[in-house]
Amino acid sequence: MAATAANEHTVLQFAAPSSATTTPILTARIHPLVIFNVCDCFVRRPDSAERVIGTLLGSILPDGTVDIRNSYAVPHNESSDQVAVDIDYHHNMLASHLKVNPKEIIVGWYSTGLGVNGGSALIHDFYAREVTNPIHLTVDTGFTNGVGAIKAFVSSNLSLGDRQLAAQFQEVPVDLRMVEAERVGYDVLKATAVDKLPNDMEGMELTMERLLTLINDVYKYVDSVVEGRTPPDTNIGRFIADAVASLPKLPPQVFDNLVNDSLQDQLLLLYLSSITRTQLSLAEKLNTAAQML
Amino acid sequence: MATMARSFLQAISKDEAVAPPLRVVQIEGLAVLKIIKHCKEFAPTLVTGQLLGLDVGSVLEVTNCFPFPVRDDDEEIEADGANYQLEMMRCLREVNVDNNTVGWYQSTVLGSYQTVELIETFMNYQENIKRCVCIIYDPSKADLGVLALKALKLSDSFMDLYRAGNFTGDKLREKNFSWMDIFEEIPIKVSNSALVSAFMTELETDAPVSQGDYDRLQSSTTPFLENNMEFLIKCMDDLSMEQQKFQYYYRNLSRQQAQQQAWLQKRRTENMARRSAGEEPLPEEDPSNPIFKPIPEPSRLESFLITNQVSNFCGQINGVAGQNFSRLYLTKALHEN
Repeated sequence: MAATAANEHTVLQFAAPSSATTTPILTARIHPLVIFNVCDCFVRRPDSAERVIGTLLGSILPDGTVDIRNSYAVPHNESSDQVAVDIDYHHNMLASHLKVNPKEIIVGWYSTGLGVNGGSALIHDFYAREVTNPIHLTVDTGFTNGVGAIKAFVSSNLSLGDRQLAAQFQEVPVDLRMVEAERVGYDVLKATAVDKLPNDMEGMELTMERLLTLINDVYKYVDSVVEGRTPPDTNIGRFIADAVASLPKLPPQVFDNLVNDSLQDQLLLLYLSSITRTQLSLAEKLNTAAQML
Repeated sequence: MATMARSFLQAISKDEAVAPPLRVVQIEGLAVLKIIKHCKEFAPTLVTGQLLGLDVGSVLEVTNCFPFPVRDDDEEIEADGANYQLEMMRCLREVNVDNNTVGWYQSTVLGSYQTVELIETFMNYQENIKRCVCIIYDPSKADLGVLALKALKLSDSFMDLYRAGNFTGDKLREKNFSWMDIFEEIPIKVSNSALVSAFMTELETDAPVSQGDYDRLQSSTTPFLENNMEFLIKCMDDLSMEQQKFQYYYRNLSRQQAQQQAWLQKRRTENMARRSAGEEPLPEEDPSNPIFKPIPEPSRLESFLITNQVSNFCGQINGVAGQNFSRLYLTKALHEN
């Protein structure tokens, strides 16, 4: 039997008392790669399985946050009263992953579907034997309630005297963040199909267009406030004032000099690279076209 | 699942016919993320990994990938590396991931990836797999807001030449082969399953501006340009060394030919003297004489590779300089207002 309770502030009371060194888990930080992995495994699951489970890899930061960085699926069989997990597979994959990145250790396990059920408690027990206080992540691939909910749980045992009554799953707040490099590829990762990766200049063009749209929007907003069409919002006004004030206050002469100098530097670089290119084609002609006698 | 069955059939039926030329590499967002994560974590060490997927007609689909552990000493862990690969492929097969190797990926520093090792790895892979591709990722460009992912393949003409092991000037002139023909770049398409796309859209709703845009509008590109210039200068030095080798060879060749001519003249006068004296004329060639030994012509492979690298650097500098122009004009316009 298991019960779920979503109560963030009482998590400290239910800290696992097994050893003094475990810090209570406060939040779970998930990298988008994990979500991708889970979705991919879900799409590829064998037809008989209703949900997919797998191991989460990552590290536990000293302030109690669990940083979940990677994951892999583990084949399992689930029926109404029994759960069988392929332990050898799990250990093999773990060993392989540790070879590449020994700092990523098991921090818990994931399953698709909303909420926890009986089988989950058993699986959670199994993972508790591998690592103290594993974290359980559920990714709702069925989009129940119209929302793809990602929830994380830690469990603690409820016992009365010597007897163990139940395992309580406590929800833990989840923080989804993207590392910078992943942000770069972000546009590419969101759409279902991107025909070609934008190169330097095209990306620049896109950015400029977006900036222009933003500026236009702000302009329209300010106009409408001045004409009295929309009620003024002091926060937005402050933001706009900050943005305009952040332009460095340089006398126009100095600024022009600065810009011109940089322009000249860039032109110099372009010239240098064009010269190098010409040199290359010359050298190649000389090398291969040279004939002796 | 239905599309998978169809592409399997296509793949099988195309086996007999000649495979159409590879036109596009289609990568799943999952593989892209994994590559980015792996390369970034270990920067500046260069890392490699294996690409898995399907080869369908003119599209090479990459659906998954796994990283290789960094090897310190190659001797002991040679067998280990092969074991690791087999283990990973077997495990991935159990969860229904395509475990067809279609190539490998590697990270690079500022785009200096054209080395002989790359070519050798390509030839190794090509023996087993009909079509393989190499994906190069440059983590240093992520600071500038650019996703620097490239798919490379060796051109067929180059592979034939390499197998023949012959890079002399004559052969190259016959085939009209220049340094640009070594590598072929293939356009990349990124695809994502609908489920993943739904999740991502929900996690970060379409903002008008993304972080990538902020990065691109940054005007401090000097460290990147400086590094590029440094590499460029080093490469030019290497190139000039290679050219000096050629000059040396040509000088030797012409000297040898002059020597041969002189020796031939001497023989001819000697023969005329002998004929007038009524003796047997000596042969006009003497293979045992060292001045007739042909001097081997140095291979041009190195110089081609270096040329490729230099061209790459130039291209990068051009791209960044172009971006800088736009940024500078933008700041100028903002300031005037």
